[in-house]
Amino acid sequence: MSDRPADERVRDFREVDTGLTPDEAMEEAGRCLQCKKPGCVRGCPVGIDIPAFISEIAAGSFDRAAAIIRKDNILPAVCGRVCPQEVQCEGECILKGKEIPINIGGLERFAADWERIHAPALPETGKPTGKKVAVVGSGPAGLTAAFELKKRGHDVTMYESLHKAGGVLMYGIPSFRLPKEVVQAEIDQLRSMGVKIKLNHLAGNSVTVDELKKFDAVFIGTGAGLPFFMGIPGEQLAGVYSANEFLTRVNLMRADRFPETDTPVKRGSRVVVIGGGNVAMDAARVARRLGARVSLVYRRREEDFPARKAEVAHAKEEGIEFVLCANPVRILGEQCVTGVECIRMQMCDPDQSGRPEPVPVEESTFLIDADMCIEAIGQGPNPLLIRKLPGVEYGRKGNIIVADDGRSSLPGFYAGGDVATGAATVILAMGSAKNAAHAIDRFLRD
Amino acid sequence: MYRVEETKLLAERVYQIWVNAPHVARHARAGQFLIIRIDETGERIPLTISAVNGDTVRIIFMAVGKTTQQLATLNAGDAILDVAGPLGRPSEIQRYGTCVVIGGGVGIASTPIIAREAKEAGNYVIGIIGARNADLLILEDEMRTICDELFITTDDGSKGTHGFVSDVLKAELERRPVDCTWIIGPAIMMKVTSNVTRPYGVKTFVSLNPIMVDGTGMCGSCRVQVGGETKFACVDGPEFDAHQVDFDLLMQRQRIYTGEERESLEHYHRHDCRCGGDSHE
Repeated sequence: MSDRPADERVRDFREVDTGLTPDEAMEEAGRCLQCKKPGCVRGCPVGIDIPAFISEIAAGSFDRAAAIIRKDNILPAVCGRVCPQEVQCEGECILKGKEIPINIGGLERFAADWERIHAPALPETGKPTGKKVAVVGSGPAGLTAAFELKKRGHDVTMYESLHKAGGVLMYGIPSFRLPKEVVQAEIDQLRSMGVKIKLNHLAGNSVTVDELKKFDAVFIGTGAGLPFFMGIPGEQLAGVYSANEFLTRVNLMRADRFPETDTPVKRGSRVVVIGGGNVAMDAARVARRLGARVSLVYRRREEDFPARKAEVAHAKEEGIEFVLCANPVRILGEQCVTGVECIRMQMCDPDQSGRPEPVPVEESTFLIDADMCIEAIGQGPNPLLIRKLPGVEYGRKGNIIVADDGRSSLPGFYAGGDVATGAATVILAMGSAKNAAHAIDRFLRD
Repeated sequence: MYRVEETKLLAERVYQIWVNAPHVARHARAGQFLIIRIDETGERIPLTISAVNGDTVRIIFMAVGKTTQQLATLNAGDAILDVAGPLGRPSEIQRYGTCVVIGGGVGIASTPIIAREAKEAGNYVIGIIGARNADLLILEDEMRTICDELFITTDDGSKGTHGFVSDVLKAELERRPVDCTWIIGPAIMMKVTSNVTRPYGVKTFVSLNPIMVDGTGMCGSCRVQVGGETKFACVDGPEFDAHQVDFDLLMQRQRIYTGEERESLEHYHRHDCRCGGDSHE
């Protein structure tokens, strides 16, 4: 384990996992059995040649390991840190069950960090094709699409509505899980490859749909940025945040440094976080770092948490209290939050997700004292641009409907990442963006 | 970086800045806003787009908080780090017939662009602008050239009608048929004034100014209740049907960070204010 002690790390925003040393990485890589039919590669959404890069690490050729990963993944330093490896590569590792699976995420991160610090390599860009592509959104999907398209010689302009590129990697995932300089390095690299990045440009407004149509193709990777609220009484009180707002204030606007920075955030002493995904864990751990006692209320059981296992463990170590099989029904307070009323849930027959359906237990309400409440119950695609695209088909949840190759119903417009799939992981967004970028490349060469 | 082209003090603590932001200027419509961030540690604040000229846009603000006071120190040639926009939905401009465009205090900043578009759409446009006193009244000349008729009110009677914009509005509603009104100003003024149009059944728009962060529908900080539904002012608004808005809730949510705003301002005055005063203590 390379995690800093919990009582130390809850006092700052520096990275929790300090990463492997070269010796540790080589030793860990040496454990790999180099399977002939590797399960790990099957488990990887972008099909990285995992045994090959691990064998380079074992041999001490770290830059070659990084180059192998780079062939399939443009954000290895990010994915090594935030992928749910336990249900992907590591979940398929042959050593799982016998002993501990190879720490593939840790090795991926090690190789990527090594490359960034010791041997930054600028990927080659193809011969200019003279084709112009607009990439809307600069999160994991947009970054991937921009990279793949630029690599193939297309002229790429990327539009980002915020003042920093990176999307959820910047505003959403806290720096103790993903240091911002890691993300910035990836963005700087795209820029030095010649990708034009237009910040403060909200597509649909700052650049209109008609202007987008002048490009030879458009990739939409606007993510799932629209926060859902539970719709329970008391949500308008001061001290009730969507996780998006709370995390944006701290991660992007650095409200943790207020008043050195100008953006404030409430510092609760007793915070209730609602939800069980990665965003809920992030919000809980940020609130903890701002000095609060934190309870995380989740309507299912601990084994049902959609969050990455490592983050659940980290949250626990950091003293986050889990209130399981419970659901908030009301937020109490006059002007500010004073408490959250919850009801017990019992697990019944499996629902559509295959997990037991949580059903309220009658007359089982109870109160959690709180001065702040953060709702992290999910996000949907931001409808802003989508509604302005004439003839684009979108689903019930607002996601753009795309063909297998990422094509939307509007000619020349492609989509990938959460805006097409619904809220998912960084790596799945990257996989679908890469797929769409390749389709755009074929479309432009026809 | 976005260049400040021109600055001007319009009234006590009320400033006007023309800033070069082609992506905003070329697409801006009446009723929309922009978000600025002055520097690396700055807050994102929304400001109405008050006018457009070529590639520059005009913002008008009262220097009350840390960010607006810092903004007031900028001169022509200085830069604003970030300008995002245009944001929000444009005003619903149509040929209604007779329109009344009402501005109170610094809210007058939003009125010329709406009055102009309403006029261009073929409406007969009546302007009513009001301030606490004559010295605080802004954009009178501009509104006079746009509107078919312009009324002025001051709370103390130092100019125009002694009273509130709502008084003049009521008198005009009694005198002639009005088809549509826009009311822009402090939340309390919008609440009171829109109650005047209610019994007459006149379509009434207000422009809401809750606290925002991203201004693109991502955070939900600006949520307001309109017709019993939660709306995000940044993307569903900022203009809404006045008679459906829960103004008390809006005012309550505007006060969420009052303490922090004071703290931020005190910190600014202690450390890096360039606005004079006791900076050499």
